[in-house]
Amino acid sequence: MGYVPNPSRVAREMLESMGLQSMEDLFTDIPAGLRLGRDLNLEAPQSEQELRQSLGRLAARNTTVDDRPCFLGAGAYDHYIPAAVEQLLLRSEFYTAYTPYQPELSQGILQAIFEYQTMICNLTAMDVANASMYDGGSALAEACSLACDATRRSRVLVPDTVNPRYLEVARTYAGGGRMEIVTVPGSEGIADSVAIASLIDSRTAAVVIQHPNFYGSLETGLPDIARAIHDQKGLLIMSVDPISLGLLKPPGAWGADIVAGEGQALGNPLSFGGPYLGFFAASEKLMRKMPGRLVGQTVDLDGQRAFVLTIQAREQHIRREKASSNICSNEALCALAAAIYLSAVGREGLKEIAARCHQLACYARNELQKRGFPLKNQQPFFREFAVAIRDPGAANRALLDAGIIGGYELDGALLLAFTEKRNRAEIDRLVHVLGGIRNE
Amino acid sequence: MEIREGLYYSEDHEWVRVEGDNAYVGISDFAQEHLGDIVFVELPDLDGEFEAGAAIGVIESVKAVSDMHTPVSGKVIAVNEALEDSAGVLNKEPYDRHVAVLKMSNRADLDKLMNSVDYTAFCTREAE
Amino acid sequence: MSKLIFEKSVPGARAFSLPPCDIPEPDELPDAFLRGEDALLPEVSEVEAVRHYTELSQRSYGVDNGFYPLGSCTMKYNPKIDEWAARLPGFANIHPYQAEETVQGALELMHDLEGMLCEITGMDCFTLQPAAGAHGELTGALIIKAYHQHRQDLQRTRMIVPDSAHGTNPATAHMAGFEMIEVKSNARGLVDTGDLRALMSDQIAGLMLTNPNTLGLFEEEIREIAEVIHAAGGLLYYDGANANAIMGVTRPGDMGFDVCHLNLHKTFATPHGGGGPGSGPIGVKAFLADFLPAPVVANRDGHLALDYDRPLSIGKVLSFYGNFGVMVKAYTYIKALGASGIREACENAVLNANYLRTRLGGHYDIPYDRLCKHEFVASARKQKKEDGVSALDVAKSLIDYGYHPPTIYFPLIVEEALMIEPTETETRERLDDFVEAMLSIARDATQHPEQVREAPRKAVIRRVDETRAARNPVLKWTP
Repeated sequence: MGYVPNPSRVAREMLESMGLQSMEDLFTDIPAGLRLGRDLNLEAPQSEQELRQSLGRLAARNTTVDDRPCFLGAGAYDHYIPAAVEQLLLRSEFYTAYTPYQPELSQGILQAIFEYQTMICNLTAMDVANASMYDGGSALAEACSLACDATRRSRVLVPDTVNPRYLEVARTYAGGGRMEIVTVPGSEGIADSVAIASLIDSRTAAVVIQHPNFYGSLETGLPDIARAIHDQKGLLIMSVDPISLGLLKPPGAWGADIVAGEGQALGNPLSFGGPYLGFFAASEKLMRKMPGRLVGQTVDLDGQRAFVLTIQAREQHIRREKASSNICSNEALCALAAAIYLSAVGREGLKEIAARCHQLACYARNELQKRGFPLKNQQPFFREFAVAIRDPGAANRALLDAGIIGGYELDGALLLAFTEKRNRAEIDRLVHVLGGIRNE
Repeated sequence: MEIREGLYYSEDHEWVRVEGDNAYVGISDFAQEHLGDIVFVELPDLDGEFEAGAAIGVIESVKAVSDMHTPVSGKVIAVNEALEDSAGVLNKEPYDRHVAVLKMSNRADLDKLMNSVDYTAFCTREAE
Repeated sequence: MSKLIFEKSVPGARAFSLPPCDIPEPDELPDAFLRGEDALLPEVSEVEAVRHYTELSQRSYGVDNGFYPLGSCTMKYNPKIDEWAARLPGFANIHPYQAEETVQGALELMHDLEGMLCEITGMDCFTLQPAAGAHGELTGALIIKAYHQHRQDLQRTRMIVPDSAHGTNPATAHMAGFEMIEVKSNARGLVDTGDLRALMSDQIAGLMLTNPNTLGLFEEEIREIAEVIHAAGGLLYYDGANANAIMGVTRPGDMGFDVCHLNLHKTFATPHGGGGPGSGPIGVKAFLADFLPAPVVANRDGHLALDYDRPLSIGKVLSFYGNFGVMVKAYTYIKALGASGIREACENAVLNANYLRTRLGGHYDIPYDRLCKHEFVASARKQKKEDGVSALDVAKSLIDYGYHPPTIYFPLIVEEALMIEPTETETRERLDDFVEAMLSIARDATQHPEQVREAPRKAVIRRVDETRAARNPVLKWTP
C-alpha cells in the first residue's frame, strides 16, 4: 500500500490541466539512457495487516530487556521510562513537525527545547546548552573541534578511560585534519593525572575527562587535571552521564568549559543503539562558537514572551563553508523525551534514581566480592564497574542460559551496570550464576 | 544611503579614515544596510598583522555573516571594544564607529582604494 | 502568556516513585564528588506535566496538522504503521551490545534495508551509521578523502560544490578538511559544465551534487559531469535530499555517482520530530566499500554478525550502529510501498510540484519556468519591487491561512526565493486551496501591502524580535 491520496483519475485530470498525457511526460528531462526502464527489484508491497505480521516476526526474533534483566551498560542503559513520556511523544504535532524555523507556528516545540536547554544547564551547571546533537560520541568529537577552534590550537588529550567508541568517533572527525587526538594511558582504572599534566603544553587545546569513566569509575584526579589544563589556557572537556548528575558534582563545578554527554538514559529506549541524544553545553564565552541549534527567548510585536531559534548565522545554512559544524538535523524528539522525563521524575526523582543505582551497584559489588569476584580496580564508582572474570565470554553465555543479559566483555573482566530497574533478586541470581562458574 | 566624504572605500564596503600613520577602519552604510540588524562583531586580536584585503574580523547579523577585511596592510593597535556589548551601533552610526585601528605598514595601499565619488558610482553599479 | 514548566513547579510535587528496595545502604561517595545543591529541575505532578506538554503540542504544527510545502525537506505523510513498528519491544528494548544471536531480527532488518537501498540507488554497499543527512555527507566526504589518501594521491585538497547547494555541503567539505570551490550555475539553472571543466585539476577530490538540484531541475548533463570529474581523477558525491524526485525512475548509481547519502526522514517518510532524529545512510560503489564505517552487517552462512575487522575503514561516526529506531520506520515504509508504490510516490511528487508551478506562474515569478521535478522555486521579486512585499511577508501571511510556509531565501541564487515542495501525499483539493491562498496574498500585496507586511495576525504570537534574541541571547530560564 502507498500513501498517495489522489486516485488515478484525479492524477489524470491534473495532467490534462497542464496539457500532459501521462506521468511519462513529467520525466522527459531525464535522458533515456538514464532511465531504469524496469521495476525496482523489491518484494511485493504489503498491506498493513501483512506488515504487522512480518515486522512482528522480525521483532520476535530479538531477545528484549523486558524478557531478561539486563546488566549491560557501556554507554547505553536500561533505565525506566515513565508511561507519560511514551504517550506524550505520540502527539503528532510534535513528531511530525519540522525544525521550528517559523516561530509563529512552533512556539510549543521552541518552548519545550528552551526548557530542555535549561534543564541541561541546571544538571551540568553550565551557562549554555544547545538543542541536541546526534549522540554522546559525536557530541564529544564536536566538543574537541570547538575547543581547537576557540583556542586556535589543535591537540586534544584523551585518557584511555574514556569510552573507546567515543574515542573512535573523535578520531574519525579528526580525519578532517583540523585536530589531533592524543590518547594517554590510564592508571589503575582512571585517568593518569600526572601523565596528562606532563603532556599539557601550549599546543594543547583541551583535555577530555569522562566522569564517571567508561569503566564506571570516578575520575578522582579531576581537580589536578582541571588546574593543569587551565594553567596552560587550554580547555577542560567533560563527558558525563546525566543520571549520575542526580548525585555527583556537576561538570560546571569542576571548571569544565565544554560538556558533552549521552542523554539516552533520560527517557529514550535502548533501541539497538539509536536514536540517542548528544547533549552539549558550554561556558558563556563559547556560546557564539557552539555547534547546533539554540533556542532563545525574545518578545513579539505585542511584547509577548516568545521563543525563536537564534544566532543562526553561525550555522551551516548561513555560514556555509565557514560554519564550525555542518550539523543540521539533530535529535530534537529525543531531547523532548529527555525534557518530559526530567519533568516526570523531577528534582527529587532524579536524586532517588541515582541513589538507587548506586545502592544496587554497591550491593552487587559486596555480593560479588563475597563470592570471590574482586573488582578490577579500587576506585569509587557510580552505577557501573568492571569485575575480574577469567572468561567473560563463558560467563555471559552461562548468564544468558540462566535468563540474564550479562555485562560488556572486557579483557579478563565483565563491565556490569546497575540501573533502578534492577532488584535484589536479580542481582542475587547474577551472583549465583557467576559463582557457579570457576573463576581462578 | 550615506557615503561620507573624506574617507577611503574598498570594494568590500569598508571605509578607512587616516590619522597620521594610523588607519581607522569600519563598514559603510551600504554594508550595514545589506547585512541587516548586526548582532555580534568578532574583533581582531591586538598586535595582529594583516595584509591589505585580509579578513580581520566577522560581522554577524540576524540573517547573515560577513568577514570584515582591512583595506590596508598594518598592525592592529586598537579595537573598538564598545562593539562587544552593543554591536547594533554599527547599524545606526556606521561612519562614527570604527571597528579597529591599524598602524599602516604600506601607505601605497591607499592608492588602490576609492574616494567617495568613485564609491558612489560603484554602489550604484552594485545595486543594479 | 503560557508558563514554562519551571514556572509551574510546586516544591514537593512529584510524578514519580521507585519500587521499594530491601538492600543495605551503599558506600558513601567521597564528599568532594557529591553534588552540593540539587539540580534545579521541575517539580510537578503527573497531571500538570501531561497538561503542560499537551498544551505545548497544541502550539506546534506538524504534517498531521496540514500542508507543509517546505522545499528540500520532503514533508510527506508519516505512516502510523511505521510508528507502531519502531515501538515494538523487540526493536525498542534491545541493547546494542547484546550477544548477536539474541538480536538476529534487528541485524536482519538492517541487512535487508541496506539491500533495498542499494537497489533503489544503484549503489553496491550501504552503511546505516550516519544519524542525519549532514552526518552522511561528512562520512561520504571522509570516504572520498580516504580513497585518495590510500592511493597516495595526496594533493587532492579541493571539493567542488554548486553555488546553489544547501549549506551543509560546503560546511561538510570544510569539516572534512577540504577547500571548497564553487561551480557556477548557467542560465538554465544547471551546473555550468564549461565552468566545471575550467575548475578541473589534479587537486580536485570530488564534486558534491544533488540531482535534481535545489531549483528542482534535473541535471540533464549529469553523465558529462560525471565524465569530467572522473577524467580528472575525482569522485562524484550524491546528496540524496532530493531523491523523492527520481525514485524508481532513475538511480544515482547509474548516473555515475560513486558515493551517496539518503535522508530517511525525507524520502523514506520517517518523521522529522521537530528537528530530528533523522538518518543519513551512505551508499558506495564496490571500490569504496573498504572505507565504510565499522561495523558492517555481514552474513555468515545465514547467521548475521557485526564485522569490525575493517582495517581501511574511516572509523566510526556514531557510537553504535546508527539510528535504528528510524531505520525500522523506513524499512516498514519501503515494505509497504514495494517497487510500484515507490514509483507512484515519485511520479505523484513530480506531478504535484508541476501542478502548483503551472497554477502559480503568472502570479509569482518563476525564474526557471519549465518542467521541474519534485520542487520548484518561485520568487516574490515582483511583489518586492512593486509593493514592498517580500518572500518573508508572503511566508508569514501563509501562516494566517493555516499553512506552514515554504522554504524561503534558499537557494541563494534566486532573489526572494520561495522553494515549494508539495510531496506526493497531498490531494488536489489541498493544492488548489494552497494556490488560492497564494493568489489571495498576491492580491493583498497590491491592495493592502501593509497588512501583508504585518502578518501573521491569527497565530499565537506575532512576528518576533529576532535582533533582540541574537544581540542579547537568553538561552535558558533563570528564577
